[in-house]
Amino acid sequence: MKTTHAALAEKFIANTAQTDWHDRTLWLVRQKRDKAVHTLPEWEILREWASQIKNHTLSQLSEYLSEFEQKAKANGIVVHWAADAEEHNRIIYKIIRKHNIQNIVKSKSMLTEECQLNKYLEQKGIEVVDTDLGERIVQLRKEPPSHIVLPAIHLKKQEVSETFHRYLKTEKGNHDPQYLTEAARQHLRTKFIESQLAITGVNFAVAETGGFVICTNEGNADMGAHIAAVHIACMGIEKIIPKARHLAVFLRLLARSATGQPITTYSSHFQQPGPGQELHIVIVDNGRSKHLGRKDFRNSLKCIRCAACFNTCPVYRKSGGYSYHSSITGPLGAILNPNTDMKASADLPFASTLCGSCSHVCPVKIDIHEQLWKWRQVIVAEGYVSRKKKTGMKIISFVLSRPSFYRFSGKAGRWIMRTFPFLLKNKLNPWFHSREMPEAPKQSFRDWYLKHKP
Amino acid sequence: MKVALFIPCYIDQFYPQVGIATLQLLKRLGCRVSFPLQQSCCGQPMANSGFATRSKGCDNNFIDNFKHFDYIVAPSGSCVLHIKEHLKSETHPEEAAHIRGTIYELCEFLTDILQVEYIKASFPYKVGWHNSCHGQRGLYLSSMSETVSPEFSKPERLLNMVRGLHLSIPRRKDECCGFGGIFCISEEALSVKMGTDRIKEHELNEVDYISSADVSCLMHIEGILKRNKNNIKTIHIAEILNSKL
Amino acid sequence: MLSKEKILQVVAANQPEFVPLPEMNHGCLIEYSDLCAQFKTASENVGATVQRINDIQVLKEELKKEAEAGRFIINTIAGLGTINKQATLLPAARLNQLEKVYIKGTIGVAENAAVWVPESNMLNRLLPFIAEHLVLLLEKKNIVTTLHEAYQRIDISTAGFGVFIAGPSKTADIEQSLVTGAHGARSTKVYILE
Repeated sequence: MKTTHAALAEKFIANTAQTDWHDRTLWLVRQKRDKAVHTLPEWEILREWASQIKNHTLSQLSEYLSEFEQKAKANGIVVHWAADAEEHNRIIYKIIRKHNIQNIVKSKSMLTEECQLNKYLEQKGIEVVDTDLGERIVQLRKEPPSHIVLPAIHLKKQEVSETFHRYLKTEKGNHDPQYLTEAARQHLRTKFIESQLAITGVNFAVAETGGFVICTNEGNADMGAHIAAVHIACMGIEKIIPKARHLAVFLRLLARSATGQPITTYSSHFQQPGPGQELHIVIVDNGRSKHLGRKDFRNSLKCIRCAACFNTCPVYRKSGGYSYHSSITGPLGAILNPNTDMKASADLPFASTLCGSCSHVCPVKIDIHEQLWKWRQVIVAEGYVSRKKKTGMKIISFVLSRPSFYRFSGKAGRWIMRTFPFLLKNKLNPWFHSREMPEAPKQSFRDWYLKHKP
Repeated sequence: MKVALFIPCYIDQFYPQVGIATLQLLKRLGCRVSFPLQQSCCGQPMANSGFATRSKGCDNNFIDNFKHFDYIVAPSGSCVLHIKEHLKSETHPEEAAHIRGTIYELCEFLTDILQVEYIKASFPYKVGWHNSCHGQRGLYLSSMSETVSPEFSKPERLLNMVRGLHLSIPRRKDECCGFGGIFCISEEALSVKMGTDRIKEHELNEVDYISSADVSCLMHIEGILKRNKNNIKTIHIAEILNSKL
Repeated sequence: MLSKEKILQVVAANQPEFVPLPEMNHGCLIEYSDLCAQFKTASENVGATVQRINDIQVLKEELKKEAEAGRFIINTIAGLGTINKQATLLPAARLNQLEKVYIKGTIGVAENAAVWVPESNMLNRLLPFIAEHLVLLLEKKNIVTTLHEAYQRIDISTAGFGVFIAGPSKTADIEQSLVTGAHGARSTKVYILE
């Protein structure tokens, strides 16, 4: 049976305590974001600038990509192009083989998650150590991240403690985050020091300079990239920004939106390979160029992966990342995934009340909730809805567009509700499962109006 | 001023008292109000389910009913937003545009067009306010917590004119209740969870009523309240503004 | 090179009509009456400590004392004393024992406590991250209001590597409890030279 968001959400909610914790914790992150953005009178102007810079960039993307490649090469960086996930993985594998590399560390990159790089390399007998604390936790547990910025937000410290006890030999029952983080630090320091290859993501690639910026709080990207002899940075084609000065706009927005920090601890600007190092960039398409051609949806390529839309979304907060059954979860996943696999993601644009909070926290002004609405139209047009729903809609639209039919059905419906309440008050009616039906009045407003008309 | 009253289908059928209150209130405030008799639905149930192509019949019927008025007023932010954003007509584009530009949700019509400063109403209860998302983030009936802008709320301004009313704002002042149209059926469990959590906040504030500018949110909240035998009642803002208790 | 051409071709075909860059008038940006005080507040908010000094001598003596105590410290600032170039080039396994590093920052940003450190100042890219404790020296006159101003003053293309550092390494990946000292420096102290 196909697992849908609704079914997975229901499963998640069954654990009320965990759901409430998840909801409260992410709401707290949203509040930290609010506090941070309200200190800047220019916040809305920054969002507008960011949005316009990204709109501009998308309109000149091929030119900026070419400029970036040319400048990056001049900086001594090796540039690769990957049409899809498979090619991205193959390129990285080839570099690994060329240097006969054994020890690989990776900092957070949603792109490598999207490409399933770890799994690919694992099948070739190569282990990749994720070094972001949250990512390491879920990696040890053989789980995917449930949130793009807070990968282990679905876990309680007790669960992390058990995992660390098992794999890192920490004390059983010691749940102290400070203690557990220290254990991870020591464990991963060894991995960093032994590493021969560091894989990282890219937050921003600057066309003007041919360099790129990586933002972390932990410092794991830097620990990897500066120790290993080879550094591979993976980026989607949409990571480009035109000028170095535009970094100011995006760095001001990113961390404030993500966690409420004024900036991440480290904003590392890589321009050239380090002494004796090799620096590679893999520029990945994987459906993005096609997405760019979808007028109604290209806007989502502006995303800077801050996850503010996750933290604000009541559906995400109360249903958890895994209910989105894809590598990019949350409202963002719901608008990105249908582009690459509409059938598997057909339920995701419906996992929303269209409350619109996402579009208004978005630092680059992506019209997320409007895209959710538009994806619904596309998904229906392409036939990815059940026949039952289609027939139902046919009947409803037939009735509602014919006033006399509508009045007749309304009257009949209310009469049925009053006379045979059990017809609607049963298990087959999802409304009635946990909610009472509205009382059916004897007369409609129109009936009343006709009687009392002036 | 020729004002047409648009009473969305589910209000017409299940909450006639909201339509009555809206009509009486507008008349008291001096409007010449008509109720076009062949109206039915705005088409939102189809469109939000992905069947916008099937709302053509509703669109045409809506245009036929409402094309000859200065203003159209409805006690539902959600339906008004739908018309504003999606009412289309291949044959009568100008009439559709006229309607999109002149349709108002009740609160904004009172504050922006009628510029009401005084309402003779009294409602001696503690009322928890629920911002409906479409009214707030779609029609900008009030400022929202997401953006950095001066705070305002058109419904709160109106409720503050009501004698005896004690307004109560929940901690998460603009969190969705989980109704969401088709969502309340397709994601039943989550929808109920969201509604239950909203109610909890109002319970903490010991409110007598939960009120909103959207009946759809209230219908969902009411359903949960009644199932749990909760004493809190729901009431639409039009009923409060038309109240002389 | 097949993929490159293919990607660029599809992108060129699918990209929307030209949209201009926004005019970014900096007149709307936040201002602070006391940049140094704001920098200090912002630093404390991100977990860094700040000490204002009038004389570089304070730092020189601290460094000297630590060296005499036989601790593994690296200084990269010319004005503070000798720089042991050999030490900066030690392998990572050895630098893993590094207790403290002294590095000069070129720009401090008042709005967010970020300090710009170009590669030329850190001598080895790894140092600010691998050291247990990081000490940054910043001249008061180099504190600017926002990142916009910072990027006007620095040219990122001239350094092979450069980093904005705001506070110590941190994480909240376990239940959102903030813990400092994730992978990088456990503490960051900024000396502001008046």
